[in-house]
Amino acid sequence: MAKKLESNLRNMILSLMIISVVMSAALGYVYLLTKGPIEAANKQKEVSAVTEVIPAFDNDPTTSSKIIDGLTFYEGTKDGKLVGTAVKTFTEKGFSGRFDMMVGFLPDGTINKTTVIEHKETPGLGSKMTNPKFKDQFNGKKPSEFKMKVKKDGGQVDAITAATISSRAYCDGIQKAYDLYMTNYVNNTPDSADTVEMKGVTQ
Amino acid sequence: MSNIKHLLNGIIKENPTLVLVLGTCPTLAVTTAAENGIGMGAATTFVLVFSNLFIALLKNLIPDKVRIAAFILVIATFVTIVDLVMKAFVPALYATLGIFIPLIVVNCIILGRAEAFAQKNKPIPAILDGIGMGLGFTLALTVMASVRELLGNGTIFNIPILPEGSTTILIFILPPGAFITYGYLIAIMNRFKAKYN
Repeated sequence: MAKKLESNLRNMILSLMIISVVMSAALGYVYLLTKGPIEAANKQKEVSAVTEVIPAFDNDPTTSSKIIDGLTFYEGTKDGKLVGTAVKTFTEKGFSGRFDMMVGFLPDGTINKTTVIEHKETPGLGSKMTNPKFKDQFNGKKPSEFKMKVKKDGGQVDAITAATISSRAYCDGIQKAYDLYMTNYVNNTPDSADTVEMKGVTQ
Repeated sequence: MSNIKHLLNGIIKENPTLVLVLGTCPTLAVTTAAENGIGMGAATTFVLVFSNLFIALLKNLIPDKVRIAAFILVIATFVTIVDLVMKAFVPALYATLGIFIPLIVVNCIILGRAEAFAQKNKPIPAILDGIGMGLGFTLALTVMASVRELLGNGTIFNIPILPEGSTTILIFILPPGAFITYGYLIAIMNRFKAKYN
């Protein structure tokens, strides 16, 4: 068995330096290998969330997505006609801070479906917001006619038992998406071919 | 024969979680669902095996006075590899384990095994020790997570076990439940060890 290197300055510097260089090189290599799959996985996550919340489309909404005031808008079209817009929104009012959601709107501002992309809410309590029982109550509702608040606060939303904070946060995320959607898509003068069909649609 | 002893050592006799009581932070934090327990265990096992192997190989090239720094360099490299690979291929699991993957760097089990075992042994026993310790950790985490998931949510691996609508004991998936479950598991382990020693 070889003798252990003596702890003098030269040996210590050399040893640490060689280990760092070799390890960094290995990391660089792994980074290059995983870069593609990581991007693909992130894209896949967005695409599957978009698919979940808006009616069937035949374009790739991620290529034409735009960011307005921090929220990302994905337009789904079928045969060139806009079928729905998915808005990636977020709220910071969750029980464990921020969580990201995807809300799908039909061209007239009706909520099609909603889903949570990523959250850290308490398992078994706040995490129940991903159950259809809670999130399906928003489907087909128009926030202009549906009071986007939990019943405790005088709204029309059935909160999750023992998770009012998460329920409120969910409403907050939807409301944020809805407000921006309405100002930029429905009430605005249409500025692109995609939004032309929405002309004349009233809130 | 002694090689098998190294392998089994980590599973019962020196189980890192239930006997050595190391790596408590991930144990308490991620064991809310059985799936997380397995995921965390697998990630830690990977890091343990490779850091043990490399430290056993490099032990003569590392001067004593800087050994901890060198160990951490090796460990951090493998943790980053796990982090990147999980992000690329199991993004859903990565999202639930979150910050606890990078935190494997400071998991005492790994540095503890490097210091107490790998730097004094040859590569083969070091690998076996890593596998054994990793399995012990995974097993303890999975059992603990299954208990918590079953009592708190009525499921194991997301498969409903209790009949629909039955009352669950919510506290078991909250932090206090982690401590309660952990305490009982250690007690059972002590009892088991006392009986068979």
